Amino acid sequence: MKHALNLLVDKRRWRLVEFVLWLLALASPFLLSSHALIINEIAIVALFAVSLDLVLGYTGIVSLGHAAFFGMGAYTAALFAKLVTPDPLVGLAVAIAASTALGALCSLTIIRGNDLTRLMVTLGAALILLELANKLDWLTGGADGLQGVVMGPVLGRFEFDLYGRTSASYSLCVLLILFALARRLVNSPFGATLKAIRDNRLRAMAIGIPVASRLMVIYTVAAGMAGAAGALLAQTSGFASLDLFEFHRSADVMLVLVVGGTGWLYGGVAGAIVFKLLENFISGITPQYWIFWIGLFLVVLVTVGRERLIRPWTWFSRGRRS
Amino acid sequence: MLTILFDGVAYGMLLFILALGLAVTMGLMNFINLAHGAFAMAGGYITVLLMQEAGVPFLVCLPLAFLGSALLGGVLERTLYRPLYHKPHLDQVLFSIGLTFMAVASVDYFVGSSQQLIQLPEWLKGRSEWGQGAWTLGMGHYRLFIIVVCAALTVGLQYVLTRTRFGSRLRASVDDQRVAAGLGINVNLVFLSTFAVGSGLAGLGGALGAEVLGLDPSFPLKFMIYFLIVVAVGGTSSITGPLLAALLLGVADVAGKYYIPKLGAFIVYSVMIAILIWRPQGLFVRRGGKS
Repeated sequence: MKHALNLLVDKRRWRLVEFVLWLLALASPFLLSSHALIINEIAIVALFAVSLDLVLGYTGIVSLGHAAFFGMGAYTAALFAKLVTPDPLVGLAVAIAASTALGALCSLTIIRGNDLTRLMVTLGAALILLELANKLDWLTGGADGLQGVVMGPVLGRFEFDLYGRTSASYSLCVLLILFALARRLVNSPFGATLKAIRDNRLRAMAIGIPVASRLMVIYTVAAGMAGAAGALLAQTSGFASLDLFEFHRSADVMLVLVVGGTGWLYGGVAGAIVFKLLENFISGITPQYWIFWIGLFLVVLVTVGRERLIRPWTWFSRGRRS
Repeated sequence: MLTILFDGVAYGMLLFILALGLAVTMGLMNFINLAHGAFAMAGGYITVLLMQEAGVPFLVCLPLAFLGSALLGGVLERTLYRPLYHKPHLDQVLFSIGLTFMAVASVDYFVGSSQQLIQLPEWLKGRSEWGQGAWTLGMGHYRLFIIVVCAALTVGLQYVLTRTRFGSRLRASVDDQRVAAGLGINVNLVFLSTFAVGSGLAGLGGALGAEVLGLDPSFPLKFMIYFLIVVAVGGTSSITGPLLAALLLGVADVAGKYYIPKLGAFIVYSVMIAILIWRPQGLFVRRGGKS
């Protein structure tokens, strides 16, 4: 008993490397100020991927509709800035609240059934939101997207500039705070029960873990985080469009997470860095057919094996291991 | 009103033929194949290209579309799909999404991103009307043709499944793969042929549906959700389940778009979610099989 407790406490403790990495990350908008825009994008995708990791990597729910919450957050933040007040932090809070509420509603749909059923209901939820955003054009601008969002300065002091330095720092700070919360959550006893559910749901039920309520809670929390990522995107780009709800968003974020490794919070961050840099690089060569290379990458990734691809040193030891 | 019902039935029949292969794959190997629409698109493009470039008549193209997609399905099953049967669902989903993306981009690259049109033969172009007033039944000849072809296929498949030796082997493998293998059934071969036929049917559906559903490179992504709805709602243990689900979906979709265009696809998705919350294993499941 004592030993198990120590294990949890040990895992929870922040390591020195982590402090250094985060300090570097927070300093990056100033060190690499010409690349601040892409740093901002990476931070947003990383936050989105970390939120999916809570659901997919830690709890084992295969969701193809995570973009629903991302889009919900983005539209809420954009509309709030346009109609109520341009203050970004209030907007962020409202967006998180809205997508958390949506997540709580959707979490009712994912507790029953098998993988296919969950796949369908999550996908269905994203499509319903896409359809709503498309049809409610008096509110959302329909297919043209929601334009003309003007954000106020962060904390009333830091104006958003054209080069994205403020946006990058803002996104990185939000990422850090939410990441720390997620890290605390998965290394708590609560997080341990999530992993138990992922590994064997029947057994988890048998030892008295309330599976349904755990699933609902983590899905809701992840929805809130995805909403925060969406809100950051809308606030820093001043734009929200139907594209946010599209299927390829959900597929992309799944790819980001898988590239970095599931069930490991830094996986989402690492995946986001690799994915965004690759996207920038390849779409510079063939902008139209970038999707082909994503597809090829996915096929190769799965055929070779997810665990093996992110650990290159295991590539040549096949004979010995099997 | 009867016209809408008729169009809905034609649409539903088409969806059934398109999704049947998916239902069998999912039931047989518990494989979530999101790339099924890519085979349908292959069939559609085979037809379009043969008709435009080589001037092959429409009726000859249909069996060719079937064979082409079946061959493609067979080859891919043997090389890429088979190692993934026992991987987790996440791997299968990622793999088939990747395959779909590749199909979309390749077609875009080789054929172009514009919508393809099919020149139907003269005798399929007309339209007949019966009755009057609210009960007018207007039948496009092409839709009638679709219904006849799909109904014939359904009857034929039902016969093969319930009356032939291959059918009983297939059903045995779906119910319990390991016991079936223990009884000397070559499950791999059963699965290879079923996958090929399922892909072929999807190709045929894509060829037939190019006129009704529209055909462009985003076809697999656009209709993926519809195939999945058919399978998830219909269940995977028989072919009558997906058939009823497809008809329901077809009629609901056409009627919804006609009467309340504002809400459009919204209704279909909401009904799907409601049904899946109510019966997570699908509406029409047979008891006794593996769930």
